[in-house]
Amino acid sequence: MSLDWKQWTALLAMGAMAACSGTQDADENNTGGDDGEEADLVRFDLDPYPSTYSPQTSETTFITGATIFDGAGNEIETGDILIENGRISAIGQGLEAPEGVVIVNAAGRFITPGVIDVHSHLGNYPSPQVDAHSDGNELTQPNTAEVWTEHSVWPQDPGFARALAGGVTTFHVLPGSGNLFGGRGITLRNVAGRTVQDMKFPDAPYTLKMACGENPSRVYGNRGTSPATDMGNMAGYRASWIRAADYRDSWNDHWDDPENNSAPTRDLELDTLMGVLEGEILIQMHCYRADQMAQVIDMSEEFGYQVTAFHHAVEAYKIPDLLAEAGVCAAVWADWGGFKMEAYDSIRENLALTHAGGVCAMIHSDNALGIQRLNQEAAKALSDGRRMGLEISDAEAVAWFTSNPARALGIGDETGSIEAGMRADIVIWSAHPFSTYAQADNVYIDGALMYDRANGVQPVSDFELGQIGEGDD
Amino acid sequence: MKPIITLLAAGAALTSAAAAQDLAILNGRVITNTDQGQITSGGVLIRDGVIVSVGANIVVPVGVETIDADGGWITPGIFAPFSQLGLVEISQEDSTNDASASDSEFSVALDVADSFNPNGTYIATTRIEGVTRFAVMPSTGSTLFAGLGALGNASGDRDSLFDTQSFVFADLSQSGASSAGGSRSAAWAYLEAAFGDARAYPGRYASGQGDALSRYDAAALVDVVRGRVPLILEVDRATDIRRAIRFAAENAPVRLVIFGAAEAWMVADELAAARIPVLMDPMRNLPDSFDALGSTLEAAARLDASGVTVAYTTQTANGYFNARLLPQHAGNAVANGVSWGAAFRAITLTPAEIYGVGDQYGALAAGYMADVVVWDGDPLEVMSAPTHVIIDGEETEMSSRQTRLRDRYADMDDTTPFAYRD
Repeated sequence: MSLDWKQWTALLAMGAMAACSGTQDADENNTGGDDGEEADLVRFDLDPYPSTYSPQTSETTFITGATIFDGAGNEIETGDILIENGRISAIGQGLEAPEGVVIVNAAGRFITPGVIDVHSHLGNYPSPQVDAHSDGNELTQPNTAEVWTEHSVWPQDPGFARALAGGVTTFHVLPGSGNLFGGRGITLRNVAGRTVQDMKFPDAPYTLKMACGENPSRVYGNRGTSPATDMGNMAGYRASWIRAADYRDSWNDHWDDPENNSAPTRDLELDTLMGVLEGEILIQMHCYRADQMAQVIDMSEEFGYQVTAFHHAVEAYKIPDLLAEAGVCAAVWADWGGFKMEAYDSIRENLALTHAGGVCAMIHSDNALGIQRLNQEAAKALSDGRRMGLEISDAEAVAWFTSNPARALGIGDETGSIEAGMRADIVIWSAHPFSTYAQADNVYIDGALMYDRANGVQPVSDFELGQIGEGDD
Repeated sequence: MKPIITLLAAGAALTSAAAAQDLAILNGRVITNTDQGQITSGGVLIRDGVIVSVGANIVVPVGVETIDADGGWITPGIFAPFSQLGLVEISQEDSTNDASASDSEFSVALDVADSFNPNGTYIATTRIEGVTRFAVMPSTGSTLFAGLGALGNASGDRDSLFDTQSFVFADLSQSGASSAGGSRSAAWAYLEAAFGDARAYPGRYASGQGDALSRYDAAALVDVVRGRVPLILEVDRATDIRRAIRFAAENAPVRLVIFGAAEAWMVADELAAARIPVLMDPMRNLPDSFDALGSTLEAAARLDASGVTVAYTTQTANGYFNARLLPQHAGNAVANGVSWGAAFRAITLTPAEIYGVGDQYGALAAGYMADVVVWDGDPLEVMSAPTHVIIDGEETEMSSRQTRLRDRYADMDDTTPFAYRD
């Protein structure tokens, strides 16, 4: 019998809990093996830096009278939302406010789910951009799957608060793109915390950043080492997947038959790659060109894993059919390009064309300014798509910065849409979110009012405290 | 300043008279940037590339071609006061990037007109978003002086630079301090010495060398020292801006313009009193360096309220690919407290005035050159776009390499091989 990843996860988790002096009952995680066999098994903890996030105190809140884009593709005129215990408990028209709850009159205003950015470097390339803060890219060898970017996130980045003022409630921080395998990414709640653990989205899957194209071949080619070319990039990925498959097989042999198969030596790099092969760690891959994305899709089939999303997919519009068939999402800018040869064919209709081609498409920022206005970026892409004749509703386009990135991060059952049972991550906008003039008035995370423009409720990082910029947006 | 229009007067006048259309644009909301204000429904009449009348009831001579604005907005063309249009095709490919020259022996004398390529693909992608005029600005290389800038139009025509050696750009921010040797003190010493060299040009060089500049660079700085063209200084920190204000006072008649200006709002009263204009990006709000701890979305409104002359840039995007985003940047200034009219002037008339061409560009009024854009809605709304772009009275193509790529890949069901499609 071969253990799958779920069982493995359970075994490892049980091992970790055993180390906690039995403070929790591990029985529910027992896979049923007998005690003698268990004693021989080598286990390790898959979650050694666990989330300590806990929502701020929230009140039962009834938001009434707004135009609601629910993130799931629907628009509700004059709609109401009831938030209880930090979750959406009801959404619809003509709801009754329960007695004694906080009532927010949002008549004439607009509501979307909290904005989600699938590609950010807040925290690992924080402001100010001083030498000591260049923590995003471990440019020491082309495969650094062993690094975890959460270990680089500075919780005092003033960019978090700026993003909150732009409605961002969740964002995904990735390592940089100079390596073939950049390391693990991390999904964070946009809440000020003393530690990054205080910001970690509970139970969000880990991700692995990979990168196509010019960046890795430039970085290592300039050093006279591989990869120096696109073909070197592909060879580098493939060699790593072969090692990862061996590593996985060695663990499975051990778990299958510990008496005859000793455990392999722990390897942080291969732990991560094995997690990808087992479907537990999501691939987020920087890839601009259509032809390179197509080759990566073939490679994922060669080694039996799924690419979750291509990021910066400037040429996604050339291959929506391939992306849709492979079930790979595309995260793109509205109108960036020209900075590299592989970004030369950027067009403003990329997002709309890719969406219209049946792909799970979304906007992303990759930038501490852009993250503050993902609604405007989506608006530009939407208007350009409509101008060429594509029929896309406002409500569909809201998914580009809400439910689609949630899906690509594996948290779509928790946030990204306003439906009963979901986390109450909500933005009340002063005007239609596709207007340049719209501002996020109120931002709720897990039902707690974390940003209130009119009343000056906003976080101030330690860095800005006592500085000139304290309290300014 | 070398005004090409004047230099080529005879030939240019003949060519443009032959090519420019008589044109009437009707049935739109007209933004004039003059005392006429907004005209709810009106039009513009153009003759020989020049605006002859603007109003609610334009009399259109028989036979003149008309454009129906269809209830949209009729505005002056956008004037981007900061760009690297025509200098950069792919920024990370050095062979296509002429914005700076860090290995050159020269600095002030580097003239962007010698690098500018009107066939650069971003001229068209920028034009179809409503930008009709732009400053071409060099970036710093070996010293804090970047070189000589120029002014261009977005027609893509061979002679689309309409003014050259129009200003000198220099960096006195932390990066300028770094290139000068490592401190603000070094940067200001270098700038003062360079001014001394230019003031003493050519005499000083007959018998020896300059304190900072070679003979050739000193010659290029003379027009700045004499106040004939502006000196654009990149400075962010409030205290550095005050140093720049003092420099301007001590070096009259120099015409100073502050670029960057993250903390300019903190010394807005002094900038206003000294009548020093500012080029700034209203979307810049991160403390991205210790020079810019005061960055805020409120900066544009605070400067405006203090009476500082402000034009907007796309500094936080870039100047080659996305100078076209200027209306979005202005719209965000409105969202953060600037009046619509002031924000729109900050991307049209005010930049033209800062560059000394505000009597020709940036407004819709009789006698102004006919740079006119018709929009399908409020130009500062991100969902609006131009439907017609007129430069010097001529309607321009509304296509670009990017729209061609779009059209080639628009239909996935077409069986024509992609390379055989238009």
